[in-house]
Amino acid sequence: MQSPTVMEAGEEVLQVLGVCETVEEIKDVIVTTTEEDSNTNSPPVASSGPGTKPSQDDNWGETTTAVTGTSEHSLSQEDIVRITKDLEDSVGLDCRRYFTLTLAVILGLLVFLTPLAFLVLPHLLWPERLQSCGTACEGLFISVAFKLLILLLAVWALFFRPPRAGLPRVFVFRALLAVLVLLFVISYWLFYGVRILDSQDENYQGIVQYAVSLVDALLFIHYLAIVLLELRQLQPCFSVCVTRSTDGETRHYNLGQLSIQRAALAILEHYYCDFSVHNPALLSASKSRAAKHLAGLKVYNVDGEFPAAPAEGPGNNAAAGLAHSQSRAMIAAAARRRDSSHNELYYEEAEHERRVRKRRARLVVAVEEAFTHIKRMQEEEQKKAPGDVMDPREAAQAIFPSMARALQKYLRTTKQQHCHSMESIQQHLAFCITNNMTPKAFLESYLTPGPTLQYSRDHWLARQWTLISEASVTSGLKDGTVFLLKCVDFSLVVTSKKIPYIQMSEEYIDPKSHKFVLRLQSETSV
Amino acid sequence: MAFVPGQPVTAVVQRIEIQKLQQGEHLILGFSIGGGIDQDPGQNPFSEDKTDKGIYVTRITPGGPADVAGLMMGDKIMQVNGWDMTMVTHDQARKTLTKKKEDVVRLLVTRKSLEDAVKHSKGCYPRK
Repeated sequence: MQSPTVMEAGEEVLQVLGVCETVEEIKDVIVTTTEEDSNTNSPPVASSGPGTKPSQDDNWGETTTAVTGTSEHSLSQEDIVRITKDLEDSVGLDCRRYFTLTLAVILGLLVFLTPLAFLVLPHLLWPERLQSCGTACEGLFISVAFKLLILLLAVWALFFRPPRAGLPRVFVFRALLAVLVLLFVISYWLFYGVRILDSQDENYQGIVQYAVSLVDALLFIHYLAIVLLELRQLQPCFSVCVTRSTDGETRHYNLGQLSIQRAALAILEHYYCDFSVHNPALLSASKSRAAKHLAGLKVYNVDGEFPAAPAEGPGNNAAAGLAHSQSRAMIAAAARRRDSSHNELYYEEAEHERRVRKRRARLVVAVEEAFTHIKRMQEEEQKKAPGDVMDPREAAQAIFPSMARALQKYLRTTKQQHCHSMESIQQHLAFCITNNMTPKAFLESYLTPGPTLQYSRDHWLARQWTLISEASVTSGLKDGTVFLLKCVDFSLVVTSKKIPYIQMSEEYIDPKSHKFVLRLQSETSV
Repeated sequence: MAFVPGQPVTAVVQRIEIQKLQQGEHLILGFSIGGGIDQDPGQNPFSEDKTDKGIYVTRITPGGPADVAGLMMGDKIMQVNGWDMTMVTHDQARKTLTKKKEDVVRLLVTRKSLEDAVKHSKGCYPRK
């Protein structure tokens, strides 16, 4: 493995060597180099993280500011919260899942064994009085067998698929269908029991036909299940607008007639593919601005009353009036104050944009140069130089150090450094090298934040979602339905609108009717 | 000079009598016309109303019979020898003006300055 090509100051050596270590250590390295860059934009990453080594920077204690809640520290705390919640809930969910599974299996067995029982019971109970089965009757045996086979395959295809999610309430349609099947089978058994078992009917062909009619009706119920569960929601009926609450990213999807919980499930599956990954580090700037606004003016009450007590209840009119006048005074003062924060924002953003572009340019050049150091070995060369041959992983490790620093700096500037670990970058590099991808293709996943699916599992940050809705979650989507999908860090606000009824009319144009004339403007001399 | 369909057109006109000049075997008048109901009225540089499809004088040969008679560039020809020129095709206008049997044409032409002159002489300024 060749040594890194760029070595300037002592601190930079520390940084380059730190590249190959764990994510925890990287955080510490960020602490030190942030001070050197004097980057006022970045959030105070210098706030405490687990396992910080104070010896790395003597000024660490003095330069920390108030925790803004967006540092790496808050991420790991949320991880802990999430893990405990997962532990609590997993037990309850599994019980429910197994319960429904056993119910379904029992129902299925009942349904399949019923026709067979109808056919077999006469032979067991009154075999001597039974009429022998003629040709037509035996033909019906074949039909029963094949229909049962088809029913078995169809039920397996429709119902026995691995469940994608655990929803809060039961599937209404599935429950209704199960009840329908149960009632149906019970009524058939009742009839069988009363009219055939009790009276010990000898007409075996009639019994076989009865069993065949049962299987036919079951196939029709399965058709009903397909239509209700699968086909009905295929036709798009509603257009839903999904907005992420933290940064406002919005998408629109078309959904059919679904219940709210199924619509929420469909939306979440789209969320993981379409929305860019949630990056809490990007929100720090607006939060610090908001904090500055609040901290700009303070209201002191010099009359000796305590304005701190919040106005509770209608009886507390004096305090309520006080709070009102305070807020009005603050608003008036803020309006009069010459606020130059918009100016700061403008220049900050321009500066940040410039810095990002510069780092991106350096990164692109470094990666392109790195990729020129290796090439795929041809077959003829294999015999010539067997010593220097590397597999993709080794090749990636060989060229990685030359681009590591540029990539690290770029990720830090765009606040994506927590999304990519060194291991994942090297893996991605090996993958790109194996598949003959260009440097641009390799960089694409770092230059733009991709959908959540692209990142490793621990960045998914939530598999536990809460559906908050005013209407019952098993009721259908309607025009103007609003519900929230909340996870630990953010929530998705979903509104639905009905797709309007489109009235289309036709107009026939004769192909021969396309005729043109020149626009004349002649001048004649007389 | 705009007209309302169905209503009679009123305009202040000047009567101009042009003697045709024999040039070789043609009788020429010494000006060029443009416009007509089969032409594109939007391209007429002389009309005030760009939907006006009347016959306009587009060029005058200096020293020719039309110039001598007092015809000016941009005039709209309303009548030629009694024949109406406000609703004719370009070719019909040309034919009416170049009849071989006539050697004098009496035109009724109108222009903006005529109307302004009449208004001034009446004593009332055009109201805005």
